[in-house]
Amino acid sequence: MKNRWIALYVENEVGVLAKVSGLFSGKSYNLQSLTVGTTEDETVSRMTICVMSDDVTFEQIKKQLNRMVEVIKVIDLTDVPIHMKEILFAKVLGISAAEKQEVFQIAQVFAVEVSDVGNDSVLLECKLTARKNNELVALLKSRFRKIEVVRGGAVAIESVSISDR
Amino acid sequence: MDITGRKLFVKALQEEGVDTIFGYPGGTVTDLFDELYRQDGIEVVLPRHEQGLIHEAEGYAKSTGKTGVCLVTSGPGATNIITGLADAHYDNVPLVCFTGQVPLALIGNDAFQEVDIVGMTQSITKYGVTVRKREDLGRIIKMAFHIAGTGRPGPVIVDIPKDIQTTAGPAEYPASVQIRGYKPNDTVHIGQLKKAYKMLRAAKRPLILAGGGVNVARANEKLLAFAEKTQIPVVTTVMGKGAVPTSHPLYVGNSGMHGKYAANMAVSQCDVLFSIGTRFNDRITGDLNEFAPKAKIIHIDVDTASISRNVVVDVPVVSDANLALEKLLEWAETKDTEKWQAQIAAWDRENPLEMRRDHGMTPQMIFEHINRTFSDAIYVTDVGQHQMWATQYLELDAWHQLITSGGLGTMGFGLPAAIGAKIGNPAREVVCFSGDGGLQMNIQEMATAVACGAPVIICVFNNYYLGMVRQMQQLFYGKRYAATCLRRRKSCPKNCKGPNEACRPYTPDFVALAESYGAHGIRVEREDGIQAALDEARTYRDAPTIIEFMISTDEIVLPMVKSGNPMSEMILK
Repeated sequence: MKNRWIALYVENEVGVLAKVSGLFSGKSYNLQSLTVGTTEDETVSRMTICVMSDDVTFEQIKKQLNRMVEVIKVIDLTDVPIHMKEILFAKVLGISAAEKQEVFQIAQVFAVEVSDVGNDSVLLECKLTARKNNELVALLKSRFRKIEVVRGGAVAIESVSISDR
Repeated sequence: MDITGRKLFVKALQEEGVDTIFGYPGGTVTDLFDELYRQDGIEVVLPRHEQGLIHEAEGYAKSTGKTGVCLVTSGPGATNIITGLADAHYDNVPLVCFTGQVPLALIGNDAFQEVDIVGMTQSITKYGVTVRKREDLGRIIKMAFHIAGTGRPGPVIVDIPKDIQTTAGPAEYPASVQIRGYKPNDTVHIGQLKKAYKMLRAAKRPLILAGGGVNVARANEKLLAFAEKTQIPVVTTVMGKGAVPTSHPLYVGNSGMHGKYAANMAVSQCDVLFSIGTRFNDRITGDLNEFAPKAKIIHIDVDTASISRNVVVDVPVVSDANLALEKLLEWAETKDTEKWQAQIAAWDRENPLEMRRDHGMTPQMIFEHINRTFSDAIYVTDVGQHQMWATQYLELDAWHQLITSGGLGTMGFGLPAAIGAKIGNPAREVVCFSGDGGLQMNIQEMATAVACGAPVIICVFNNYYLGMVRQMQQLFYGKRYAATCLRRRKSCPKNCKGPNEACRPYTPDFVALAESYGAHGIRVEREDGIQAALDEARTYRDAPTIIEFMISTDEIVLPMVKSGNPMSEMILK
């Protein structure tokens, strides 16, 4: 069992997102994240999907997706060089001035932007990989009493030259 | 010049060569019915319930190879076809189902008779779409027929809002359609196929497992030629029965949960299993770890997703059955399989398919008379014990055909599917086998059969019980017959262990019921009445006949493999 990534080109039509997500729930596939948006061709949407599965199930998932009429192309991104980022906002609430300094330091180390500051709170805007975002959230949770997180799911694209994610 | 959506709808059906449409009217499809009323080329069959309607379309499609066409109204009309959609999806039946929908502006308002039928049926249709622009109507209908009938066939839903039907738009119905996400496989990987054939040639105990895909692709003759050329014995799944003639010396029988002893033994002992057009359903494999334990497995299927899904396959080949067999026939050489065939024959002698003969009228006796009586009938079954007996005892040669609900196992399928088969094949006899439970699930279709002049012969195996479940209760649930006795009344004792003198009469009286529909009814209580009843039923050309066979209550389907057990562990007696 491990996390695997798929890029999915689909028809930009009503109900396609529901159909794709319905496939995952209906067949008990373990969907970790799914993002969707239009591409350079506005009749086509591109999804980035992360699933947790074993090899056999993952093969079946790709076949089942391929079988859908609305699916134009399935690309397995699991072991290819890609660029992947996830947008995440984290609010750290109810903190002292000293704690605020700590948040700024953390932001610096993780290379994320401090996009807003209040009397006793800080808003971080993070564009990291999903894993890095997980680590950041875990750290904030362990250091501060109250945080609020919203994240968008990862988007991924194949590298132009060979590079690491 | 622009035409209305309703006119384009009929034009599309005509251009697709549709001769029969199964339709039930309602508020959102009255325009379409009005347009059908004004033309002569397409016959409209009016069923008595939409579930009956879609099974009729399935029977029509399965028996003719053409795409079945349904037309129902929005809301309950649409939800009533859902079971049939799932049935067609499992058994690969090409259907195009048109559903009416409330006007575009009302969608989402919980309008009268509004449901999101496309959303509800996503997982049980091959494709489904609501027409949202009048100019898309022609292309969408073309797509629907293309998708339903090609590749691995299946049901497609086209949901048409009422205002789309009356709005004017392009008159053109496209001759072809390009769908970038849908490219049914029409080639075969020669390398893979060669590998498969090499493996087969080297085998000592090779076995062909033919599934429903062979019948769907109508590749029967090629499969038979291949088996004959190579001298490889053939077993079938329930849906594959008839893939080769049952009387052929190379045919062993059905494998699976209620398969023949020799067939299941052959699967457990073969060294190469050449499977074609099957998805290795759990009813075929039993315990997956023990399935064909000594065999290397070759799997040919048109659907990539069916391969290596349930069983791990050694040589996968994605191909239509016809195409693959055509190639294989070019290479096929005669193999010496005499010893292996003798072994299978020995298993068959050891535990042949047979029922006790000192036990009153048995299903086997009924099927023996059926086999002697009909020469080119289409057989249709419902779901339950009678269905398994039919798949065990019916003899199918090249002229016979068996239509059954295999994947979904839909009780209530039999009668309407038989009517649909008769409508598609007016010159052939159609015999329906049903249980007393299943027949009542769509009994209202008797009226449809009478109205259409479809003289199907309906053989009801009445044992007063929902027998398939009763059988499980008898064997595995300590004879606690929970909710399976159809004679049970409120006054019966809670812990009844089976029929006794206090049992109340069965309802309904099937003979009287047939007569009330203007059909014929015959009750047969003993073996010596079977032939006369069949002969009499065959003389009725005006209306259907129900023959009610009063069979013994405790007759069970054997052999049987308990769900999840290895196929070699058969209950034989």
